[in-house]
Amino acid sequence: MTFGAEFVALTLPPMVIAVLAALGCAAPGNFLLLRGQSMLGDAMSHVVLPGIVAAFLLTGSAAQPIMLAGALAAATLSSLMIEAIRRTTNADPGAAMGVTFTAMFAAGVLLLETSGAGAVHLDVEHALYGNLEGLIWLDATGWASLADPAALATLPPELPALALATTLILVTLALVWRPLTIATFDEGFAATSGIPTRWLSAGLTGLTALAAVAAFSAVGSILTIAMLICPPATARLLTDSLPRQMTLSLLIAAAAAALGTIAAGYLPLALGVSFSVSAAGSIATLSGLFLALAATFGPRRHRRSAAA
Amino acid sequence: MVSPTPIPMPETALTITGLTVAYGSVPVVATVSARFPKGSMTAVIGPNGAGKSTLLKAALGLIPAVTGDVRAFGQPVAKAMPRIAYVPQRAAVDWEFPARVIDVVQMGLYRKTGLLRRMTPGLKAQAMACLTRLGMQDFADRQIGALSGGQQQRVFLARALAQEADLMILDEPFAGVDAATESTIISVLHGLRSEGKTVIAVHHDLSTVPAYFDRVLLMNRRVIAEGATQSTFRRTLVAEAYGNTLLTAIPA
Repeated sequence: MTFGAEFVALTLPPMVIAVLAALGCAAPGNFLLLRGQSMLGDAMSHVVLPGIVAAFLLTGSAAQPIMLAGALAAATLSSLMIEAIRRTTNADPGAAMGVTFTAMFAAGVLLLETSGAGAVHLDVEHALYGNLEGLIWLDATGWASLADPAALATLPPELPALALATTLILVTLALVWRPLTIATFDEGFAATSGIPTRWLSAGLTGLTALAAVAAFSAVGSILTIAMLICPPATARLLTDSLPRQMTLSLLIAAAAAALGTIAAGYLPLALGVSFSVSAAGSIATLSGLFLALAATFGPRRHRRSAAA
Repeated sequence: MVSPTPIPMPETALTITGLTVAYGSVPVVATVSARFPKGSMTAVIGPNGAGKSTLLKAALGLIPAVTGDVRAFGQPVAKAMPRIAYVPQRAAVDWEFPARVIDVVQMGLYRKTGLLRRMTPGLKAQAMACLTRLGMQDFADRQIGALSGGQQQRVFLARALAQEADLMILDEPFAGVDAATESTIISVLHGLRSEGKTVIAVHHDLSTVPAYFDRVLLMNRRVIAEGATQSTFRRTLVAEAYGNTLLTAIPA
């Protein structure tokens, strides 16, 4: 097998999938970050697990649309739970989210272990750490396969599904950019300016759930938060303009995903060590590294003390 | 806008009838009724925790009311919202938000933008003109986090001017601003009043009430008194709202 054939079959599909998931997560992550709702991303990435397991147990199918429906149902249920806990106990939103997502996630893990789902298709390790390495393109014979319809038909089904989800997320955000920006900056003013702030808020939660589901297959539950929040947080340290922050976050997300996948695939070999490294782990580590670099060398001055 | 059939113009800009707001089971605003005549400038005054901000937010539908009816220009307030500009407390937003001064002012033009919400050159010029009215034209490209408190308040007022509303509702527009900003803001607000616009502001500095406002709404969870400043801003009534009598600066 030539390098090209090996790369196209084994590294390219996971890399493209990781990049798509990273883009789909980073885009809504920018708004979560500015709204002080980073926890919501964490919550969404955890609650999709019981949704996916329950959908699998109910239908016996692991098809993408069914998984997605289960995950969105779980996300909706947890949004309602968070709201109910907040209203009945007057708890801090962060506390309500913390209670909800740990309970939902634990329920998901229990469901996964006690039911037969683990043996058939899903298992705890994949749910937690993702399964990027498994998303390979067996029929690819080299770069020429990219132009071969017969070979393209055997691409991992996660790839077109993710492409669709990420496109949907990016297009939706582009369409609601102005009202969402205004509602994020000043919700009270936005509501009196004819902006449907509740719908936007619910829509952002929905997009976050979609992004979490999209990323679930790539990096797993735990590391989704790295894709949702790290690139926007890094970009936030590099600029004071929201459009530039969005662009930078997408570039950083794509770079972390692509370089992380490649590093996991080739670095241990190049260093001559025998064990393999998780691609999801590499991506998250790289995202953290980018954030640390931006925090250390970023140009954005801190003027928090100026505000009275 | 010219209406094909003549509609009698109601005299009142905002009418609040029996408005009650509660946080949990604790009522913070209890059956408040108040009228704000067109072309008037009213100070909403009362001690901390009197429910002044809550009253305005509930009147605008930003927080739910238990009971009550609010009408603006004779219509339900939600319907009349395009004619109302709301200036929240400066502290209500995160000034570290990645935006420039002009970006915030342009938010006031939201209703005037089309389907894709693009800024036309005409709208951009309009935002700039509003900023100029507050003497902030040189700060258009400044990061909002780099502004002083007074400058931030001017930006908020410029954004409200861009809305070209008939009723402006301000929550503590003079809180923590310098004297120069205070005089700029009050001259803009008096300018609005002379154009026939209505202004309602939560106000804290009792010493400036007679000079700035022609009407007052004195409240402490309920309405203590409402009316022209000269007859309503009296020591006994203010003392009733604030619960003490150490108010020698106020006419008896």
